Amino acid sequence: MEPIRTLRSRTVVLPASDVDTDQIIPARFLTTTTREGLGKHLFADWRYGPDGAPRAEFVLNQAHASGCSILIAGHNFGCGSSREHAPWALTDFGIHAVVSTQIADIFRNNALKNGLLPVIVEPAAHRWLIEHPGAEVSIDLDSSTLTLPTGEAIRFPLEPFARYCLMNGVDELGFLLAREAQISAYEARRGQA
Amino acid sequence: MTAPLTLFEKVWRSHEVVPETPDTPAVLYIDLHLIHEVTSPQAFTVLRERGLKPRRPERTFATMDHSTPTRTEQVFGGAPISVEAAARQVRELERNCAEFSLELLGLRDARRGIVHIIGPELGLTQPGKTVVCGDSHTSTHGALGALAFGIGTTEVGHVLATQCLLQRKARTFAVNVHGRLPEGVGAKDLILAIIGRIGVAGGTGHVIEYRGETIGALDMDARMTVCNMSIEAGARAGMIAPDETTFRYLAGRPRAPQGAAWEAAVAGWRQLPSDPGARFDREIDIDASALEPMLTYGTNPGMVIPVGGAIPERPDDPVFAKSLAYMGFAPGQPLREHPVNVVFIGSCTNGRLSDLRTAASLLRGRKVAAGVHMLVVPGSQQVKREAEAEGLDRVFIEAGAEWRESGCSMCLGMNGDLVPKGHYAVSTSNRNFEGRQGIGARTLLASPLTAAACAVRGRITDPRELL
Repeated sequence: MEPIRTLRSRTVVLPASDVDTDQIIPARFLTTTTREGLGKHLFADWRYGPDGAPRAEFVLNQAHASGCSILIAGHNFGCGSSREHAPWALTDFGIHAVVSTQIADIFRNNALKNGLLPVIVEPAAHRWLIEHPGAEVSIDLDSSTLTLPTGEAIRFPLEPFARYCLMNGVDELGFLLAREAQISAYEARRGQA
Repeated sequence: MTAPLTLFEKVWRSHEVVPETPDTPAVLYIDLHLIHEVTSPQAFTVLRERGLKPRRPERTFATMDHSTPTRTEQVFGGAPISVEAAARQVRELERNCAEFSLELLGLRDARRGIVHIIGPELGLTQPGKTVVCGDSHTSTHGALGALAFGIGTTEVGHVLATQCLLQRKARTFAVNVHGRLPEGVGAKDLILAIIGRIGVAGGTGHVIEYRGETIGALDMDARMTVCNMSIEAGARAGMIAPDETTFRYLAGRPRAPQGAAWEAAVAGWRQLPSDPGARFDREIDIDASALEPMLTYGTNPGMVIPVGGAIPERPDDPVFAKSLAYMGFAPGQPLREHPVNVVFIGSCTNGRLSDLRTAASLLRGRKVAAGVHMLVVPGSQQVKREAEAEGLDRVFIEAGAEWRESGCSMCLGMNGDLVPKGHYAVSTSNRNFEGRQGIGARTLLASPLTAAACAVRGRITDPRELL
């Protein structure tokens, strides 16, 4: 995984609350056996009409969304299914941070393992971000802050181990494999040869 | 003297390989790892890329359920699976399990079924175990007193390679349910009412323990329905303390301990319930005696009302308005008597034998209304055989419903069992998200009894009118 220390981008705003992973990527695209190329199916049923043509009114189809890597989402983003295809689709599309007042547990876990940063902010900051689409914001992992164009820096909670892994490009599997001795000792304690 | 512990804390502690610290999550040992065709292929790719093998292959069980066909000729008759990508996924799971020596209950196996139905059914799921699967409805297994939660595909790879996960300890949430469920009101209505009360994000960061005499009086099938939808309230997991009902359910199941090992296991399981005085981070109380049959009207499971009620009005909420527009409903509108096009009975929420019995009890001697497509999909091949032994299949077929082979089917439509665009489907599944059952499909979540009543009348119906 590539280390991430800072992120700077204009925002794209999708204010709907309770956006579930079936919207992020509908189940019919889960028949894939790889993790690549899912960006084209991101928000498929909101993004494309029945004829497959992009819907001009959907925010990700608009010119200003191009190149934005920070998504400002409504409350409780990513609820529902455990499909990791959701963060795969977002990152393949070019989204590298999701900012909300709440992010569902499994989606958050999956996001962190794929270099997609879940950022939880207080309602006041969230309201500002929702009301200012296209604002140029920056995210700094070391200080766990999101800085608005006004210069206001907003701290957000980020689990220290997740931050360490993101900033150093460490993958958790390597960390777990290095716990081999403890795992074997645990199994021995439980009476499992 | 040690502080009183909750059920969750006891299971957590006994699985800590390395306890958590402020800087690092716990290394948690996983007893039972269930995999299926949809969320596992990329995990096997990682194993191959890194030259790893499953650390404890005997702790992983594979089955196929999401993208498998439910038509008998496609399962057993050699007819091709209609969705080619789904067929490829099925073949890939077969190849992965063969290569990595994992036990697979494949497409034609008599023990196959929805992963969350067969875990308990085979006795693989047991009290006090940690159970994970690349599927959010893994919370179902908590009904047996296991700590069971859904994981992503990267974590599927972690469990395969190390039998462990890195986890932060969740907070605890007691949902205390008291009083007797009225006639016509069941476990599905109870959990829908709980989600309606706490909201779809109300359980985020928490493991729920369902407690109280109402829960103790539920049979195992009903307890699994309740725990299954914990994720619909955003909870990490749902749990119910193991008791005599649990032990009776598990006794004699093929993968449950047998003989002297059984006695020893039960003695251990009796220590699991939360200690008197154990503290929960959050608690709520629910009066079951005041509940009614519930029905969702919107596009998340928290948008739920009694079947005889009216849709609420939220004039200043554009998301609410968008949801109602998708459903073709108006604020303030009653749901009763609204036409229904499709009825689906099945899924890991309501695809067990008692669910089918309940639906059949209402359908016996009645007909599915003209113009309604009713699909009944047992949760596993064992449920199918047991239902057929009781003649339930005849009840469904004679009423005009379709009777299929087991699988996830129309809950998410991956296998092509879809609700047509714009159609209203009363479904016993767990998610009414936009497009979940098909592009433009309009899902109303309900109990098997309510779903059967709606099928008979072709309109939204309070099942108590037909009892």
